[in-house]
Amino acid sequence: MLYAVLCYDSEAIVGSWTKQKDDAVMAEHLAHNRKLAAAGKLGPVVRLMPTTTATTIRSGKEPVVLDGPFAETKEQFLGFWVLDCSSLEEAIEAAKSFLHGSGALEIRPIAYFEPGGGPK
Amino acid sequence: MTDLAWIDAAVRAARPRAIAALLRYFRDLDTAEEAFQEACLRALRSWPRNGPPRDPAAWLVLVGRNFGVDEIRRHKKQDPLPDEEHVSDLEDAEASLAERLDASQYRDDILRLLFVCCHPELPAVQQIALALRVVSGLSVKEIARAFLVSEAAMDQRITRAKRRIGEAEIPFEAPGAVERAERLGAVAAMIYLLFNEGYSATGGDAHVRVGLCEEAIRLARLLLGLFPSESEVMGLLALLLLQHARAPARLDATGAIVLLDDQDRGRWDRAMIAEGLALVEKALRHKTPGAYQIQAAIAAEHAAAATARDTSWGKIDQLYVVLETLQPSPVVTLNRAVAVCKIQGPEPALAMIEPLEARLSTYFHFFGLKGGLLLQLGRHDEARIAFDRAIALAHTAPEAAHIRQHIDRLLETCAEVARDDASA
Repeated sequence: MLYAVLCYDSEAIVGSWTKQKDDAVMAEHLAHNRKLAAAGKLGPVVRLMPTTTATTIRSGKEPVVLDGPFAETKEQFLGFWVLDCSSLEEAIEAAKSFLHGSGALEIRPIAYFEPGGGPK
Repeated sequence: MTDLAWIDAAVRAARPRAIAALLRYFRDLDTAEEAFQEACLRALRSWPRNGPPRDPAAWLVLVGRNFGVDEIRRHKKQDPLPDEEHVSDLEDAEASLAERLDASQYRDDILRLLFVCCHPELPAVQQIALALRVVSGLSVKEIARAFLVSEAAMDQRITRAKRRIGEAEIPFEAPGAVERAERLGAVAAMIYLLFNEGYSATGGDAHVRVGLCEEAIRLARLLLGLFPSESEVMGLLALLLLQHARAPARLDATGAIVLLDDQDRGRWDRAMIAEGLALVEKALRHKTPGAYQIQAAIAAEHAAAATARDTSWGKIDQLYVVLETLQPSPVVTLNRAVAVCKIQGPEPALAMIEPLEARLSTYFHFFGLKGGLLLQLGRHDEARIAFDRAIALAHTAPEAAHIRQHIDRLLETCAEVARDDASA
């Protein structure tokens, strides 16, 4: 089963990390990514730019283009992993390694997956 | 992350929102800061035991507000309590408070807090110092180090700035559209000044200077988060990111300035550039150009060029023409002359800057560029005079050293010419 692990945290908190702290978190993630990749369990991994760079298109009679994220929330959607795990239990265990002390990870089974052939 | 590190990060992130809300309650900066300090102390005791609250800012506001109200009551024999309407909302329901704080009120609260710091009556340095102290929460010692003054002197400056603000009576009503736009403009200008303070001066502790730039970027992010469709705020953040991305390549190992053309572009911060480019693109879609957006677009042209030779000087020249109409200034024309020199050569560029001399007679960069152009034209004696003026006007040792390199090179060339003449 493919699972998406969606990362939510307060952008204000993550944004106030020092570069050293940010680098350390990324290095830790990278190490876990490598382990999962070696086991053939890692799909695409994405870290998003801050929500200030976001543009939202709302459907309607004419699509409306708005600045900013889709919703104002206390914790923002920061990025995601795609994991190939044999059970939810395994996905939870794998995702735990990506916790960095604050925020939350949402595990959602993937209904449809299109790896695409574009950017590597 | 350990409890303490998490609390530190959460408190730091919540600070602008919390202080801004407390300022609205108490209408006094010192009281708001004191209440926030107390709330932070209580967070240190309570959060490790009870777990972090869902909304740290709302928690700090609630606890700080209750502490502040108690303090006011305790002193009420000396000072009468402020009107109930001034200390709004006395009930203690955290849920409903959190809900209220989520509303757009936060936006005007934080804008007011930032605006208070850049009150037009305060000199620029005091505006920056106050914002660093109150909004960013830097210690007086840290700020003093950044400005190369003693802690006592900085403490005095900040106290004086606060007193002037107290006397100025900033209105606490939600601002109208025109007033909000004015406040935004003033706050953006203060953030830009703060960034330049960190960017331009290479004297003092380099680490502290970088900290000022990072703080300016943080404040610009905060402002854009509050006003996500303001294209000039997007432009400001983009500009700061694109300029700061080059910081690792701006000084060499000996601390000497490396010019844009000679910088090792591999050392530029690619993530910062990518974010800056994304913001410029978003801002320009609005088709409401402003000075920050155009400057960001110029920085974007430099950032997008793989090598110095790939720079689109034609586009940069066009952007400077737009900037000259939006914000006419001799410094803008001076910068445009660099683009003109790259496209048409030193002669038209020199013709362009010569009329600016009277207005830029104390500007280091004017004489640096003038000397450079004269040097390219082979007018060595005049170049030497311009370089000497530049050195006299340099603010920092690396600036002076950079010009001295030119002079050394100039002297070498002259020596060679003399040798050639002698052997001819």
